[in-house]
Amino acid sequence: MHGSSALLIELGIVLAALATLAALARRFGYSPVPLYLIAGLALGPGGVAPVPAAGAFVATGASIGVILLLLTLGLEFTVGEFTASVRHHIPSAWIDFALNAAPGAVAGWLLGLGWIGALAMSGITWVSSSGIVARLLDDLRRLANRETPAVLSVLVLEDVAMAAFLPLLAVLAAGGAWWQAALSVAAAVAAISLAFAATHRLGGPLARIVDTDDPELLLLRVLSLTLLVAGVTELLQASAAVGAFLVGLALTGQVADRTRRVVAPLRDLFAAVFFLAIGLSINPRDMIPVLPAVLVLAAVTAATKIATGWYAAARDGAARRGRMRAGTVLIARGEFSIVIASLVALPQLNALTAAYVIVLAIIGPLATRLADNLPAR
Amino acid sequence: MMTQVEVTEVLLPGVGVRYDFTTGRGERFAVVTRRSGDVEFMTYSDDPDAPRPLWRLDAEEAEVVAEVLGAPRIAERFADLTKEIPGLGAGQVPVTGSSPYAGRPLGDTRARTLTGASIVAVVRDDTVVASPRPDEILRPGDILVVIGTHEGIAGVQAIISG
Repeated sequence: MHGSSALLIELGIVLAALATLAALARRFGYSPVPLYLIAGLALGPGGVAPVPAAGAFVATGASIGVILLLLTLGLEFTVGEFTASVRHHIPSAWIDFALNAAPGAVAGWLLGLGWIGALAMSGITWVSSSGIVARLLDDLRRLANRETPAVLSVLVLEDVAMAAFLPLLAVLAAGGAWWQAALSVAAAVAAISLAFAATHRLGGPLARIVDTDDPELLLLRVLSLTLLVAGVTELLQASAAVGAFLVGLALTGQVADRTRRVVAPLRDLFAAVFFLAIGLSINPRDMIPVLPAVLVLAAVTAATKIATGWYAAARDGAARRGRMRAGTVLIARGEFSIVIASLVALPQLNALTAAYVIVLAIIGPLATRLADNLPAR
Repeated sequence: MMTQVEVTEVLLPGVGVRYDFTTGRGERFAVVTRRSGDVEFMTYSDDPDAPRPLWRLDAEEAEVVAEVLGAPRIAERFADLTKEIPGLGAGQVPVTGSSPYAGRPLGDTRARTLTGASIVAVVRDDTVVASPRPDEILRPGDILVVIGTHEGIAGVQAIISG
């Protein structure tokens, strides 16, 4: 079993590297996502320590990782929070979209990525990383702050917008016709409606199939359901990630709470593998030519996120310092941007997005810590 | 006696709920309850944009605090109820280990016959026995919620403490 031993040893080394990086990120209060990407770059074909034998596992692990990542992102959605966000922050969501999607689209067009590349770029610069932002708010003890509901509302509305954006992009990127794209967006809307129906009527159809007291059974049922739906959506050219996200959206309430708990450890492992795989798939040499463009884009979209947060927090009556905190905390881009780039198989776009996420996932937390030191007036 | 504390509830999407309230002394507090059950207490000094973290409890610790504060609350709710009727009051009578009625049925106290006051509930740990029957066994640590005249409540107190 020589092949197997090489696989196990390489995998062990890879996971040890990830564990070290995650510990390092935690130590300094940063998201491990950019570090996982950098690790992937280092271990990849153009990197310092290639790991060929682990390739097959990483490839499979990555596709499970993106499914679990989007499932848990979808599980965060609750109808009550969504309606509350809509009531107060629909204008903030529009500002968020207009200010942040436009620079991405323009950059994609200027870089000659084609109109699908430009569409993908608009999504990449539009969505903040809910994972990084939620963690920052917690670490910096900002949960009781006046601007925090505004920040979280913007995130919720972005996530829901992704339910329509991801299937649209996935189908168009796979070369689907407009009617196929319309169909998959309709499926997304149906999943959200199902979530509404599930909370308004007792139980809900999906919850009844999945719900059980036994955590092991729950895990198996949720995973089988998610993989089945993900497989079918992949078959329909709408990407497995989209299907998993829709399952997450449709599960709400108690089932969602318990599912989140049982899926979390698996998600942590496989999502790390997913980010690693993205890094592995990129040749670091491809990143050098796009670097100036990335830095300009990062600067512009950091500024537009600050404007978004400023506006949203002002709607909730926060003062100058609170508005600045809200703006800066939203700068970080992360998992969604990477997922969007992975839907469109363009090597240049992947390299660009990885560099962009690495830059903003590091600058965002730094900027918002600085905002904490602003004088009150 | 009881002032109305105005509590504002603010939803924190993806995180939980924040409850804001101002105490009688004019201090502003916020309690953030997380989806995970963790609870965080914050206080705002003069600047509403600069909350100061006070302490943080995990789900289990929060449960303990809620239990400590919980039992008297139940009696207070009865107090609200009786406020409407002049002369009628509500009180709490603890059953201590030294009470002659600890371990004996409620009926043995003959509290209603002797004082005219009614025992409407028994608060036991975090559960409430509403309208207890005469055969309900009293245990040390129970709190009896009594409704009656002030003399009646005092009478029940005297009977229970022996």
